[in-house]
Amino acid sequence: MPQTIAEKIISAHGGRAVKAGEFVIADVDVTAVQDGTGPLTVAELKKAGFTKVVNPKRTILFIDHAAPSPRSELSNSQIVLRNFAKETGAILSEIGEGVCHQLLAEKYVNPGEILIGADSHTCTGGALGAFATGMGSTDVAIGMALGKTWLKVPETFKIAVNGKFKKGVGAKDLILHLIGLIGADGATYKSLEFHGDTVKNMNMADRFTLANMAVEAGAKAGLFETDETTRAYLKEHGRGDKFKLIQADEGAKYERVIEIDASKLEPVVSCPHTVDNVKPAAQLKNIKVDQIFIGTCTNGRIEDLRTAAKILKGKKVNAGTRTFITPASRDVMLAALKEGLIEIFVEGGASVQTPGCGPCVGVHGGILGDGEVCLSTQNRNFQGRMGNPKGNIYLCSPATAACSAVNGYISDPRDMK
Amino acid sequence: MKGKAWKFGDDISTDHIAPGRLFHLRSNLPEMAKHVLEDADPQFASKMSKGDFVVAGNNFGLGSSREHAPTIIKLAGVNAVLAKSFARIFFRNAINIGLLLVECDTDKINAGDELELDVKKGLVKNLTTGENIKITPLPDVMIKILDDGGLMAHIKKHGKFDLV
Repeated sequence: MPQTIAEKIISAHGGRAVKAGEFVIADVDVTAVQDGTGPLTVAELKKAGFTKVVNPKRTILFIDHAAPSPRSELSNSQIVLRNFAKETGAILSEIGEGVCHQLLAEKYVNPGEILIGADSHTCTGGALGAFATGMGSTDVAIGMALGKTWLKVPETFKIAVNGKFKKGVGAKDLILHLIGLIGADGATYKSLEFHGDTVKNMNMADRFTLANMAVEAGAKAGLFETDETTRAYLKEHGRGDKFKLIQADEGAKYERVIEIDASKLEPVVSCPHTVDNVKPAAQLKNIKVDQIFIGTCTNGRIEDLRTAAKILKGKKVNAGTRTFITPASRDVMLAALKEGLIEIFVEGGASVQTPGCGPCVGVHGGILGDGEVCLSTQNRNFQGRMGNPKGNIYLCSPATAACSAVNGYISDPRDMK
Repeated sequence: MKGKAWKFGDDISTDHIAPGRLFHLRSNLPEMAKHVLEDADPQFASKMSKGDFVVAGNNFGLGSSREHAPTIIKLAGVNAVLAKSFARIFFRNAINIGLLLVECDTDKINAGDELELDVKKGLVKNLTTGENIKITPLPDVMIKILDDGGLMAHIKKHGKFDLV
């Protein structure tokens, strides 16, 4: 029977051919936690008497959410992860190395694998043709201890994107548009499978942006076929031998097919307090921005920083608009240094932060004041997300963020000279 | 199970339930539980009684994978969360830690209504209005996990997954 990507990967890990709707116990290749969820995973394992993880070389503990830690309680939780790495041989990713999803892509997850991570944006790995999905601390604890998890094989929505983006429009606008179209629960429990010419012509950075936000429509995974672009990315990151061709079968069954003409899209912004509250940037030009944040697992890659630097080069950020830029990983930061992007940002009046999740999770690095507006390249704008329920968060692309940083108001990048 | 309904709207996120500004309390969940759902209803945590019900609209628990969110709802003494629908990760987490979730038509429940939940019969009885509300049954896999007292208890009992 023809299969979707989700059905194929889960079948290969469950010992039998499965179709959407079935329940299966599946082998897990990679497990991951971060400093917000990992200490609970460790506590659950210890309470249950588990002293080992089955596959320490593919068990990764990331310290990225409070990096560096702003409080003693969080510093103490981070010690729990460091000790657990020593006890079990699991890999520790220290402060400064970067955001878990970026590092999982750069170093750890491969096409055709199953990754479960105790962070909702684990779905980012789907861009590499891996079934990558977010779960809670206990689910991941069991994955670490037994090398297995239970899954309901998801139904799949085929997202077919064709046409060329207009100038100033890109992957972030596409995914915000899609979420606006189907709603924040439009794909609950589903797998999104991205197809079409636009997607085939996309670099990996843009594919990661799309996969990353699958969960913002409620989806369990955001999956891509693998191709020469995937192969080149893996090779560049020292894992050329891990390439595997992942494709949906001709005739695979999709619950829904959504066609999008990329050439008709315009720069869009998600308005407070839900990701599906999407409006054209051009309609929001009267909104003054107090804080700009460019970074995160959604848009903190070198390609995103290049886009921002191109706009900010030789310009200053608006005096009333503090601007924070956070590369998603150490490698991204190094590349940005070597290419002179950091110099452009700093000369332009922006500040550059340690690679990590930064202000996106409301722990440190840019908590909003009452009534303040933040325009961010992150993936979520829930009330209270950035540390203050009285703050207002808008979401956009790196191009829209950089233009708005200069103007001090939400701006359409197509208007920028 | 009997208790009072506390009504919430659609899209109650994990940031409403267990916000990032309380990140440092993740290592002290009884303390965090004193703030449960604070950003959706500042009165809730201090005024609710043990055994009450959280009643919401669509997509309850959207957002983060933080298991601390269902855990503090349970620690606060909430009997069950009733909603029209739940976000996926929250759904899994709640069952894993033994918090009962009930999918049903919550439009038939008003704030302050007295409810009686009868899981065996698949009903929520609204004692205030007299109306019986049908529950969408949980998948068998999740009933097994709940019956064992959560995922970790299930694995300890069987030594492996015994679900499928």
